[in-house]
Amino acid sequence: MEKRVVFKGKLLPYLLVAPQIAVTLIFFIWPAAQALKQSVFIEGAFGGNAQFVWLDNFIELFSDPGYLHSARVTVVFSAAVTFFGLAIALLLAVMADRVIRGATVYKTLLIWPYAVAPAVAGVLWGFLFNPTVGNLAYILNKLGYDWNYFVNGGQALVLVIIAACWSQISYNFIFFLAGLQSIPRSLIEAAAIDGAGPGRRFWTIVFPLLSPTTFFLLVVNVVHAFFQTFGIIHAVTQGGPANATEILVFKVYNDGFRGLDLGGSAAQSVVLMIIVIALTVLQFRFIERRVHY
Amino acid sequence: MIENRPWLTFLSHAIVLLGIVVVAFPVYITFVASTHDQVTLLQAPIPMLPGDHMVENYRQVLFEGVGAASAGAPPVLLMMFNSLIMAVVIAVGKIAISIIAAYAIVYFRFPLRMTFFWMIFITLMLPVEVRILPTYEVVANLGMLNSYAGLTIPLIASATATFLFRQFFLTVPDELTEAARIDGAGPLRFFWDVLLPLSRTSIAALFVIQFIYGWNQYLWPLLITTDESYYTVVMAISRMMNVVDAAASWNLVMTCTLLAMIPPVIVVVLMQHWFVKGLVETEK
Repeated sequence: MEKRVVFKGKLLPYLLVAPQIAVTLIFFIWPAAQALKQSVFIEGAFGGNAQFVWLDNFIELFSDPGYLHSARVTVVFSAAVTFFGLAIALLLAVMADRVIRGATVYKTLLIWPYAVAPAVAGVLWGFLFNPTVGNLAYILNKLGYDWNYFVNGGQALVLVIIAACWSQISYNFIFFLAGLQSIPRSLIEAAAIDGAGPGRRFWTIVFPLLSPTTFFLLVVNVVHAFFQTFGIIHAVTQGGPANATEILVFKVYNDGFRGLDLGGSAAQSVVLMIIVIALTVLQFRFIERRVHY
Repeated sequence: MIENRPWLTFLSHAIVLLGIVVVAFPVYITFVASTHDQVTLLQAPIPMLPGDHMVENYRQVLFEGVGAASAGAPPVLLMMFNSLIMAVVIAVGKIAISIIAAYAIVYFRFPLRMTFFWMIFITLMLPVEVRILPTYEVVANLGMLNSYAGLTIPLIASATATFLFRQFFLTVPDELTEAARIDGAGPLRFFWDVLLPLSRTSIAALFVIQFIYGWNQYLWPLLITTDESYYTVVMAISRMMNVVDAAASWNLVMTCTLLAMIPPVIVVVLMQHWFVKGLVETEK
């Protein structure tokens, strides 16, 4: 879509876009290009003398068991966060959509976690499950379950999944509720007159009509789980114990800033960029399609 | 309501209430922990009801810092001030540079227009997390480590905001522009007197979203601040979290945690209407 009526101006439009373009070039495109460049070089042993190595960094990356392990952790983590985050939010949204009395209050009481930083969410849950002082850890141990996420990798993963779900639920809830409210009442009434009960109405009418929202949220949640959960991992488990919660973004940070492996970290950055671009394209293609509904 | 099913209505209320309780539970426990003294929190189970050390905990954390467990972090009041600067500068900056960029792209025809558009679009694809090391180098070379400029400017480009304003400008009727032109308004005058007032709702919604984005930044301040007077409150908490078991002042750490989430939660709750509207519209 384009405007018919436009203003004339030679210099003005360039001045108007200049700040945005300057920031984009300096802090986005230039670093991304640097990452691309570094990913095909290997640094000399004492700095300097970078040597062009084609795709060696990538080959090394994909044959590194540590990286493959991290990729697997990321898949399990993202799948769990996305699935539970969406399922719980959908349940709450459907129920909140049903109630009339108290709906506004319920909504307010469910959206505020959006404002809580992932790292803070991690601290909240980390405290509850802390093996020495946490209330939930205490209950688990009383029940005879040996809970200690500092040494048990599986438990640490469960903990960061819970925290990540918690911090994403209100976002999903807002979108599901908006989606539910935009479904025409007449459709649901017609189904009710035809004798369909609430469960059947949900699965045959509401859920299919909600699928654009669900798909959108699916992509957003995967991106969230991949990238924005860095704070949770860093604050709660530091990738441990024994790398059990080391997701890909955390590994980029760890290898780059602690391991000082420039080429390897850059290659990881490039892989992540490709993943983000793929997800974004997926999302936009889908949005284009939805416009023609 | 389509039909009257009292049990189902009851069940709906019950599930939503249960959801609210589960969601709020960790925050409640955090609040409880922030009102006890250090000794009470030395071992499980910690009490479920608030204690009587609230005032002294908050006073100490706000004005003196966490002490032994703070890993050199300054008083929380200073860190909250840094977070506030970061959140406000990022929110205002993003809105300002995005609205003028969108204005140029929608209301002018000039060479490279679409190139610029796609260039901005790409920023959407590259979260800070995936290109941290090179971005860090750029900021270091520009001498922006440990400064408010370094904390804010690299995060100020925003594809989302530019898109939102572009979408909104495209819905503004052409007749308005024509009328303004006939009345002799130039492009800047039209922007200032017509477009800006029309964009108020979008601006308010974006402000909430970007304020939260800025306040909750974690990795970025972690990387570029080594001088503690530039620490932000969200990043400092995890430093405390990682040394807390040695010093065991959970009451103070949880006090900080609660303080770190209060400002953004207040912003979301107070501006809920705009926020929800803006969120749903921005992403579509």
